[in-house]
Amino acid sequence: MTYVRYIDKTRDYYLREGYDKPYRWAHFEDAPFAALKMPLADSRLALISTSEIARRSDADQRTPLEKGELGNVYTIPSDTPLADLYSHSLSFDKHATSLDDVNAFFPITPLQEKVAEGRIGSLAPNAIALFNAYSQRRTREVDAPEVLALCRADAVDVALLVPV
Amino acid sequence: MSLVARHLEANGIPTVVIANARDIVEHCGVARLYFTDFPLGSPLGEPFDADMQRRVVAGALDLLESATGPRTTVEAPDKWSQGEAWKAKVFSADQPWKEKGGQAEKEWLEKKELYRKLKEEGKL
Repeated sequence: MTYVRYIDKTRDYYLREGYDKPYRWAHFEDAPFAALKMPLADSRLALISTSEIARRSDADQRTPLEKGELGNVYTIPSDTPLADLYSHSLSFDKHATSLDDVNAFFPITPLQEKVAEGRIGSLAPNAIALFNAYSQRRTREVDAPEVLALCRADAVDVALLVPV
Repeated sequence: MSLVARHLEANGIPTVVIANARDIVEHCGVARLYFTDFPLGSPLGEPFDADMQRRVVAGALDLLESATGPRTTVEAPDKWSQGEAWKAKVFSADQPWKEKGGQAEKEWLEKKELYRKLKEEGKL
């Protein structure tokens, strides 16, 4: 079976649900491309996630919504023990899968293995996370530049982005 | 997330996106997409299948290295072990994305309200 057309499916779904205006997904004709500057084995990689990844050990366990946050960028130390990580997100196909295994959406363990094998030079000390802003302008003008600044501060060479 | 990838690429940082929603990412346009044909929420593969997750990460790293131009999509060879029935059901009338009156719907409505408020305050 071919892959799911989510743009068509969600448009039909939300029209049936009574929403009048279909969401306009971001669209560009061109796409920027940066070539690798050095072998991956010498590169520092940052993991970037929209999975609402959180730490159980944090004092503040409110969801992003409870904190009044949309589109905020934050970091999670890459050496956080796996058992300390979880996701607040309710935005996944709960009929077909779960968020019970962090590595199925925030692949920190396989990345650490790739560093140990020498496939990647190193992991950035921080993984970068951001919440869905529901505003493409906000993502382009505020959040994306903030992610870039965090990458530069950690001397990141390449990035692996995993949306949820 | 595609918008963030584009911004990094435009500023010289090579990226690879691992995603389940191929059409949404390709509609936006990124440099490299490693497409995994799994339900939303499991971009790396099946929960608790560490071998599958390893293969997906390895495939994405290979793509990061091998792509020679933008909009390069590679599909991961792994299949969802419980078949493809989920594809017909997702966002269908008989399987609501957000159960009426459920927590996800409540949160969605609250998010919409927060979005409206932040926009009014000029914070979005």
